[in-house]
Amino acid sequence: MIAVLKPGLLTTVQDLGRPGYQQYGIVVGGALDAFAARVANSAVGNDEGDALLELAQTGPELRFERDALVAWSGGDFDARVGGQPLPRDRAVRVAAGEVVSFGPARSGLRAWLAVAGGIDVPKVLGSRSTYRRAGIGGHEGRPLRAGDALAVAAPREWSARVLAALAGGGRRAVAWTVRPETMGRVAPAGTVRAMRGPEFAWFTAEAQRTFFSADWEATREADRMGVQLAGPVLARVRTDEMISSSVNAGVVQVPPAGQPIVLLPSRQSVGGYPRLAAVATVDLGRVAQLRPGDRIRFEEITVAAAHALWLARERDLTRVRLGLARIGS
Amino acid sequence: MQIVPLGDNALVLEMGEAIDESTHRRVQSAWRALAAEPLPGVGELVPAYTTVTLFYDPVRLVQAGAPEAAMVEWLGARVRERLKSPPKVDKVKGRVVDVPVCYGGAFGPDLARVAAQAGLTPEEVVRRHARAAYLVHLVGFAPGFPYLGGLPRELATPRHAKPRMAVPPGSVAIGGSQAGIYPLATPGGWNLIGRTPLRLFRPQEDPPVLLRAGDQVRFRAISPEEFAAQEEAT
Repeated sequence: MIAVLKPGLLTTVQDLGRPGYQQYGIVVGGALDAFAARVANSAVGNDEGDALLELAQTGPELRFERDALVAWSGGDFDARVGGQPLPRDRAVRVAAGEVVSFGPARSGLRAWLAVAGGIDVPKVLGSRSTYRRAGIGGHEGRPLRAGDALAVAAPREWSARVLAALAGGGRRAVAWTVRPETMGRVAPAGTVRAMRGPEFAWFTAEAQRTFFSADWEATREADRMGVQLAGPVLARVRTDEMISSSVNAGVVQVPPAGQPIVLLPSRQSVGGYPRLAAVATVDLGRVAQLRPGDRIRFEEITVAAAHALWLARERDLTRVRLGLARIGS
Repeated sequence: MQIVPLGDNALVLEMGEAIDESTHRRVQSAWRALAAEPLPGVGELVPAYTTVTLFYDPVRLVQAGAPEAAMVEWLGARVRERLKSPPKVDKVKGRVVDVPVCYGGAFGPDLARVAAQAGLTPEEVVRRHARAAYLVHLVGFAPGFPYLGGLPRELATPRHAKPRMAVPPGSVAIGGSQAGIYPLATPGGWNLIGRTPLRLFRPQEDPPVLLRAGDQVRFRAISPEEFAAQEEAT
């Protein structure tokens, strides 16, 4: 059991989302950086899709009632266990009664905290992710509050062995790290790779060039559905209203004011604004970490190039998981 | 049919350029043909007014034999092959769903606005709204929210410039030339003319929604007493 002493700004139970129900208007949702969540879960011996906590901006304060193996990935938070720094991207032992706390993010915006065994909440429509608007999934369909108690499922054998080895050696953390941001072929800092979207031709040649060359600033208009960017106005050659159609995480849609919005996994299932571009899935985590005032550029790549990046990152994660399996045996 | 990538894990199949029944039938036909036997690596299919979007997993596509550098072409060819002889959908009739509505009063604060816009009495608006046959073109915006075609032209009413912060669940609404029903307390700018006691989002059921794309809807006027009785029953 985990007792929530302080909830943090927006701490939710998430997994890899709720695909399969978009035809009913039900969003996919799930961890905003699904890859970081998979890596954090891998680091504690969980299945990649086990439920974990997503933290935003200011994290929670949690008291663990039993010994636990935890790992967190994502932005740079002041994370502590029993008052000492809680290192990121590695498996860490938390003893029964200890308090884990996450202060404000120093850079980035979100992090994912995995606990061996996974957060034990019921699956709703195939997923444990919190779907706030519908009030389902996660912990009672809502963000955590002070006083909540979270059940943790039984850790797998690998996790129990690692935890026992740490406890036996009087050690806090394992020696190895797994960093989601270093896997695959990483884009330069401040750059997000993106493809042309279905309505790319609706924009003027200048707007097309501008989108892929200007500096874009993240605004305060940002949530789990998307991030509104500010920059030069993107003009259109076709100005009729688009007939609503599917969107996707990473889609860059442009409302009439000409300022782009990058959609995140809790986006709606359909949208009515022209889809100028789509961020490569491997770079979606960078968008999820944008704070108001952060700047990014979009580098144009082809869909085939995005697939190559996707596969390269998956191969790296597969190697990491194989390596971890050997550590525990 | 055009096939257009939507990012690196979805393809949009464009089946037409206008919101009409023939496009709707092509969308339904393609959707059913693809859903009947899922293509390898393909996850969910999402129908909309003129499109079917197909989400795929690149790792599983490669495992299924797709060349790494030409996944879109490989999958596109398989989609076209599958759609060469799709089942006829006009024979597979959508369900007809009866939706009781308590019009006006506190349930329909915009009924007078719609009536004024149409130059009709509120009673006549209700009569025409309930007499029309509606088609669920797509379900989106919120869980179980049906975008309905078939609103009588004269009832079309512009959306509110300033949306309400929370529309009561079950609100039957008009937004421009479209009709719809709000399933949850969400923000919304459409004109509210009544409310149904039916629950449109049913997370514990399969499927989790009352109305699906392709269904036909008939509205039926009920009294506040009937509303109260039926609300308890659902």
